Amino acid sequence: MRFELTRFPLVKSLLKNRWLQLLVWFVMLAGFLFAILSGFFGTPVGNRNFGIVFVWIAWWAVLILVAVPFFGRVWCAVCPIPLPGEWLQRGAILEPPAKKPHWFNLRWPNRLRNIWLQNLTFSLVALFSSVILTTPKVTAIVLAAMIFLAVGMSMVFERRTFCRYICPVSGFIGLYAQAAPLELRVKDKQVCLTCKDKPCYSGSPAGYGCPWDVFPGGLAKNTYCGLCMECLRTCPYDNIAINTRPFSADLIKPSTRMDEAFKAFIMLGAAIIYAGVFLGPWGTLKLAAYSVGTLYWFGYTAAFLAFILGLLPVLFLGAVWIGKGLTKATTALKKSFTAFATALVPLGLMFWIAFSLSFVLTNAAYILSSLSDPFGWGWNLFGTASIAWQPFLTTLLLPLQTLVLVGGLLWTGRTAQKTGEEIKISPVPVIVFSTVATFAMLGLLL
Amino acid sequence: MSRKQWIIGFLVLLAGAVIVFAPLPVHAALHTQRTIRVEASQFAYSPAVLDVNPGDTVTIELVSTDVVHGLYLDGYGVSVTADPGQTARLTFAADRSGSYLFRCNVTCGALHPFMIGKIQVGRNTWLWRAIALTVLAALVILIQHPTVPKAQAG
Repeated sequence: MRFELTRFPLVKSLLKNRWLQLLVWFVMLAGFLFAILSGFFGTPVGNRNFGIVFVWIAWWAVLILVAVPFFGRVWCAVCPIPLPGEWLQRGAILEPPAKKPHWFNLRWPNRLRNIWLQNLTFSLVALFSSVILTTPKVTAIVLAAMIFLAVGMSMVFERRTFCRYICPVSGFIGLYAQAAPLELRVKDKQVCLTCKDKPCYSGSPAGYGCPWDVFPGGLAKNTYCGLCMECLRTCPYDNIAINTRPFSADLIKPSTRMDEAFKAFIMLGAAIIYAGVFLGPWGTLKLAAYSVGTLYWFGYTAAFLAFILGLLPVLFLGAVWIGKGLTKATTALKKSFTAFATALVPLGLMFWIAFSLSFVLTNAAYILSSLSDPFGWGWNLFGTASIAWQPFLTTLLLPLQTLVLVGGLLWTGRTAQKTGEEIKISPVPVIVFSTVATFAMLGLLL
Repeated sequence: MSRKQWIIGFLVLLAGAVIVFAPLPVHAALHTQRTIRVEASQFAYSPAVLDVNPGDTVTIELVSTDVVHGLYLDGYGVSVTADPGQTARLTFAADRSGSYLFRCNVTCGALHPFMIGKIQVGRNTWLWRAIALTVLAALVILIQHPTVPKAQAG
């Protein structure tokens, strides 16, 4: 069921072409820097500021509605955040230079080689999201901080350590990329076993060693491959392929990692809370989330963390335990827990899509006006500055959200069944858990 | 796909179509003229959830207690703007059943895009249909693949 896209010479040469990639990078980097500038120097009114509108409405819509579900980590391939640091680290923008600059080039500590830090950074961003999403200066500070941190880490550590272990966005893109119908894989693992120098990992004059610290020969899921195409350039045996495949192909093999399991809970829980806070009619809740540093905000923070890190995992653990009891299975509870958490990937993705549909369709009108007047200084570059706000397709919203959520439940249910078959545990309680979570989301959105 | 699976698939689609499109009994209620006072302040409406009957003629008296606020009603496409301290009126016939969001349509501060309220015209039938669809989906998963595997050996 896989189809190799790189079998077409045109596709392969486009993907290998550094100039094309550089062009896309420059456009992205220019947009990113412009967003930071407009955040610092533009109007403080969020829905009139390019930084807020283009990052949190336009970029977010493209990311969560199109890029992640259909192309996995494709955003990471064009993301501008690691570029300045990577160029400094490499001492080059295009091909590898003859002489590499001498930075510290340290290995990331073994103890931190997981996504717990990404879970932490995402949770932090989520806790402050009411402010970040609505205040241009704060958005600009967060974006600038990310780029500076990425530069700093590139000077100290090897490869793209920031993307792989710190970036709050990279963590959930990696999680949901497992569901996408696109992958980078080797064509024949045997070729990799006999390859002596492994230039895909260590680099060669043709290209850099994997910036994501991944050996493509051992790649079994999309989570940690950033689709940067370096291995496509360096493989001397033409053994790297970009394939289309069925949705959720990676989820057949359940995860064994607790950090990945918790990423699934954090994302699922955050989608439910966001639906309540941002799209619900409860003003007190919105103010509590917005009033950072107040007693109300601490209450909100405590409830948020208790929900995503306590209640959801505990209820899920109970469901897995009941499933074990139903089948009298001997599989360890921890292994069963992490394995079944894989089934929450489609549910979480669809929760985010359902939430984002509402958020994006009602606020998309701001894109046109901020395009003409990005700083809110009264410009009218394209004649669209005074376009009145109007929500789009609100009559289709509820059926669309229902379809997405019910589809997500079907998808998760089937994934849970496959996991159950794999570890010989009844998936029924996990399916009941997912159904109840879907009820909650329906209640909040409809 | 086997013949049995085709039949099950057809029945599920049929059940789904019935859930989505079947007409529900309408509770006859007197159509009345309703006037509801709604206070708007950063970034909430009070009351935030309004209940009216289908067919009612509804007048919303919007009163802003701080800055200029608006009220745009999804699904009906009508709106009104209120200056601080002044009452603005919006009258419409609630002739479409269901749950509709209303939101501020005048930039009023940081959380403006999330200043949202809800009006329920009769019962929120779409929510119940969606819940029924969810139950159907859960049943389909369990019936299509009734997996309670046997205990793992060893």
